[in-house]
Amino acid sequence: MITNLLSAGDLDRTDAIRILDTAEELLGVASRPIKKLPTLRGRTVVNLFFEDSTRTRISFEAAAKRLSADVINFSAKGSSVSKGESLKDTALTLQAMGADAVIIRHHSSGAPHRLAQARWTKGAVINAGDGTHEHPTQALLDAFTMRRHLVESTGTDLAGKNVTIVGDVLHSRVARSNALLLHTLGAHVTLVAPPTLLPVGVEHWPVETSYDLDASLEKADAVMMLRVQAERMNASYFPSAREYSRRYGLDTARLGRLPSHAIVMHPGPMNRGMEITADVADHVRSVIVEQVTNGVAVRMAVLYLLLGGASGEPEASEEGTS
Amino acid sequence: MSSYVIRGARLLGNDPVDIVFADGVITAVGPGAAAEVSGHDEIDGTGLVALPGLVDLHTHVREPGREDAETVLTGSRAAARGGFTCVHAMANTEPVADTAGVVEQVWRLGREGGYCDVQPVGAVTVGLQGSQLAELGAMADSAAGVRVFSDDGKCVSDAVLMRRALEYVKAFDGVVAQHAQEPRLTEGAQMNEGPLSGELGLVGWPAVAEEAIIARDVLLAEHVGSRLHVCHLSTRGSVEIVRWAKSRGIDVTAEVTPHHLLLSDDLVRGYDPIYKVNPPLRSNDDVEAVREGLADGTIDIVATDHAPHPMEDKECEWSAAAFGMIGLETALSVVQQTMVDTGRLTWEQVAAAMSTRPASIGRVTNQGRPLAVGEPANIVLVDPAASRTIDARDTASLSRNTPYAGLTLPGTVVATFLRGRPTVRDGELVTPLSKEGVSA
Repeated sequence: MITNLLSAGDLDRTDAIRILDTAEELLGVASRPIKKLPTLRGRTVVNLFFEDSTRTRISFEAAAKRLSADVINFSAKGSSVSKGESLKDTALTLQAMGADAVIIRHHSSGAPHRLAQARWTKGAVINAGDGTHEHPTQALLDAFTMRRHLVESTGTDLAGKNVTIVGDVLHSRVARSNALLLHTLGAHVTLVAPPTLLPVGVEHWPVETSYDLDASLEKADAVMMLRVQAERMNASYFPSAREYSRRYGLDTARLGRLPSHAIVMHPGPMNRGMEITADVADHVRSVIVEQVTNGVAVRMAVLYLLLGGASGEPEASEEGTS
Repeated sequence: MSSYVIRGARLLGNDPVDIVFADGVITAVGPGAAAEVSGHDEIDGTGLVALPGLVDLHTHVREPGREDAETVLTGSRAAARGGFTCVHAMANTEPVADTAGVVEQVWRLGREGGYCDVQPVGAVTVGLQGSQLAELGAMADSAAGVRVFSDDGKCVSDAVLMRRALEYVKAFDGVVAQHAQEPRLTEGAQMNEGPLSGELGLVGWPAVAEEAIIARDVLLAEHVGSRLHVCHLSTRGSVEIVRWAKSRGIDVTAEVTPHHLLLSDDLVRGYDPIYKVNPPLRSNDDVEAVREGLADGTIDIVATDHAPHPMEDKECEWSAAAFGMIGLETALSVVQQTMVDTGRLTWEQVAAAMSTRPASIGRVTNQGRPLAVGEPANIVLVDPAASRTIDARDTASLSRNTPYAGLTLPGTVVATFLRGRPTVRDGELVTPLSKEGVSA
């Protein structure tokens, strides 16, 4: 098992399935009257959030607490970080406090890699979203949700399933992590976006791309709508919110073109009326709320496998930091 | 009285000769030239290559304003260790070198240091703001005698302003050195735009943003009959545009940095900002193209773009880090590895690209001269058979942001002479006996 979770590409098929299977077991905990396991008692998990994301932070917090870890929430707002303290000094401080795992959310792509590779902390580093790069636990919870609906058994991957991801791929960490993980799990991924919102070099990704949403719906087992920020139109990525909605939004007419078993997903927070209509968001085929529930189980599984007995003593080495 | 004899050094990499010089001037050169002299300080040149002192057209010394990163003195010392006898100090200091007062200060600090000549570059526009021409004539007429003008770090993106600058500097035989970067196409840019920028989620710096400006500028230079210098060219397309411009007879020169000759953008994969530089490290194909361009003369010179930064500006997340890398002490080694040891340039051609031509572009008359009788004794002795593993701490610069740490590079500078006086001997800095009393 890996020691950090920086990118969905870090996971091979075996590791990915192991996380999903573990999450399946842990999902049962949430339905018990007492939602707590003693696994990480005495371990310290830090939520290091340089960017506001209440949803992701409370999901990780709930996951760590259900495993009995001590949780420290470190928000950049109102802390020394806003007074100019560097990422390095913040990390050294957390290290001095004995963090066993650092869950980092940062506006700068690659910040979790710096934290892990510069060895400013000895704890496991978990990427909770970095800039426009990756969000690996989101991809894991998405894969977990798809597997529950489309495969319905543990120990398996998503071989042969067609997943259509629609929207601002260029700026989306969710799309990057999903493309990598779904490929590892054997799914066929189609990215749909206006040409301005597909990254240069996307032809090297293990995906298909399309500019035409309607043509990409009929074979989809799952369709994932990405959040599109209206301010993108001010940078001329598309002419107007209305035009974007018409060409790339998911409404009931388009929902009708999906196969009857297909599910509708969204990583949240949604712009209702922009990339997805309220009717579709609340439709019986939508699994958006379930994704949130599954997020806690998947994050429990990640913490359990990175910090649990299986990965050995993380405090064994005695390297100095200066 | 300072008189030296170098015995048996390979002049420009050719057959061994003796080089005799006294009071700053070369008095004899040739096989056995040392036979008839005595009482000189002896230097064994066996196995060493003798080149004219190197001239850098693109150095950031950070003084005035950022003396925590580099000073004129420490930058000069790093230059001497790299075999340079003259560096051009870029204008993006605080305050900007956009007045006669600032350029004269930098020039004077270089002379006081005594390790190499520091030739200030003047800003093209006031405060590098790109809106109003700086007093180019006043800087040209100052004691510093500025001939190279650049807003380096920023592009003179306004086409009319660029045209006027190109025209105006003709009055004193100046040259505009353009940092070619279309600003709108590079807003927030972090690395070369290509497959890796998409994968890493970093905002791309597309080649077209460099090439579009170079294409515009060579056409402007042709239209107004001015000479143009292109700073740190980095892409295959840029090489092709400059090649085309030269074939049309346009008076354009171009430089490439050592790091663009050796390093490519896959180094960004680990997000270590030591590899963050502007223009960014490009693709392997671009690296090959700039080597080809330097070999066939499309690219005239190698210039370091030595850009010191304090540690804290590199020990951070990628997007917060400063652009730039130091390079004075490693430039010749990188050129040897990429161009000489690969058979693409002779040492004679290296002397042209790193001494003669940069001096000529900058109109520095007493540098980049041939090693011949009557010429100033600006000489560097290189041991091409030696190699060293780069240690970031082993530098005369105040900063340590070298991208080559841990790499083994060929060639060491054994000695550097500035007008007949050693600034480096046996690979070590020699304190100048200057009247200002510079302490070591």
